[in-house]
Amino acid sequence: MRAFDFTRADSPQAAVAAGGRFIAGGTNLIDLMRLEVETPERLIDISRLDLARIEDRADGGLTIGALVPNSDLAADRRVIERYEVLSRALLAGASGQLRNKATTGGNLLQRTRCYYFYDTAASCNKRSPGAGCDARGGFNRIHAVLGTSDDCIATHPGDMPVAMQALDAVIVTLTPGGACRRLPIADFYRLPGNTPQIETVLEPGELITHVELPPPVAGARHLYRKVRDRASYAFALVSLAALVKVTDGRIAHAALAFGGLAPRPWRDPAVEAALIGREPSVEVFAAAADILLGEARGSGHNDFKMPLARRVLIAALRDLTQ
Amino acid sequence: MLSRTEGAMHFTINGMQYDADIDVRTSLLDLLREHLGLAGSKKGCDHGQCGACTILVNGRRINACLTLAVMHQDDEIVTIEGLGTIDDLHPMQAAFVQHDGYQCGYCTPGQICSAVGMLDEVARGWPSHASADLARPIFDDDEISERMSGNLCRCSAYPNIVDAIREAHAASIESEQAA
Repeated sequence: MRAFDFTRADSPQAAVAAGGRFIAGGTNLIDLMRLEVETPERLIDISRLDLARIEDRADGGLTIGALVPNSDLAADRRVIERYEVLSRALLAGASGQLRNKATTGGNLLQRTRCYYFYDTAASCNKRSPGAGCDARGGFNRIHAVLGTSDDCIATHPGDMPVAMQALDAVIVTLTPGGACRRLPIADFYRLPGNTPQIETVLEPGELITHVELPPPVAGARHLYRKVRDRASYAFALVSLAALVKVTDGRIAHAALAFGGLAPRPWRDPAVEAALIGREPSVEVFAAAADILLGEARGSGHNDFKMPLARRVLIAALRDLTQ
Repeated sequence: MLSRTEGAMHFTINGMQYDADIDVRTSLLDLLREHLGLAGSKKGCDHGQCGACTILVNGRRINACLTLAVMHQDDEIVTIEGLGTIDDLHPMQAAFVQHDGYQCGYCTPGQICSAVGMLDEVARGWPSHASADLARPIFDDDEISERMSGNLCRCSAYPNIVDAIREAHAASIESEQAA
């Protein structure tokens, strides 16, 4: 691990003014620092800031502090009652120990688990822009099939952000200049293009302070389905956060976000448009899957993700509309 | 600000006070093992994948390898050395002995600390991935396996570990009802 300066911030304003890399749970960052994939000059400890509460909003939604641990968020009675998909996604991720330490803000910024990103002897455009991508011709079983570029096929590894994408969460930040920004999660992540090292629209030094959840969709059924190589404590090959509401025999609401398929939680409005207003049927679900995967491209080992995603989507829609 | 390699730090571990002059890069696990002689917590993978380093911080189980010591100066840290002694075993330690919940023993301190933290989570009503009803989880062997998935045992002593935890849970419920 490279040497760094360490300072503890006592307010969000002091944290952004300090000009360094923020650390809270540290469950991803410390691993990356130990491998020297990340080499911050200065760490700002934000773990004691007063951002660990979950509060009701007047509109029926919730405001989640950026430092709320994954465990607490998953177990919160309001989350279980109003946003079951979020509890399910959190509980499908990591281990009990990690969920106790990992925070809401940090989990949004979890970095890819691409083997070549972690291996400093390999070429990786995300770690060293311009170096090339060893995943393309290498072992790419866990890699993305949607939203990739010639420079990067790494997946976003998270579960919680996938559910938050289906729930239309809003990410609230504090900029180094002291401004508060509200970023809909649909606009938060960037696709790799030719700058895979830039993963979100956050400015350097901008701090996530809260996540807002809009009021729950009344009558929607929730599901988080995660397919992985073992039954627990593994990253998703394909996951799906789904909220579906059927009214008078027709699909009235559909919010579908996928993990494991793309460099960001993947939600395609055209897929949902193909479902809304239709009577549920396998033919309608298959047509939605065709739209989802129309632009998908495998890299060899990960070709199985396309038929897998199709089956996950169809099975989930069947379960949610029966 | 603590700069680079200097830093006098203070810790509360197993109810005792410790001072250490350590590099800010030192993980909580390395503080325990390499600087304070508390070698009960084990280093398996040093990446948060195996759980051998599991300890309790403010009552919660965490991986000691994935956190910096400097960030835990205000916390109550409990390691396997603080749970019980050879003459006065913690009920979870006694259950592991009774059910032979280990083979080589390397993962055992992490398994036991994790199991103690896990039963506290169950007592608080926290659900898991194995819970059919998140609002009312029912504690069974599937729940034990799911909730302990962050602790690997390469000897594969899992059946006996589950037996030990099941019994320790039942005993804790009994003693609660008696109280």
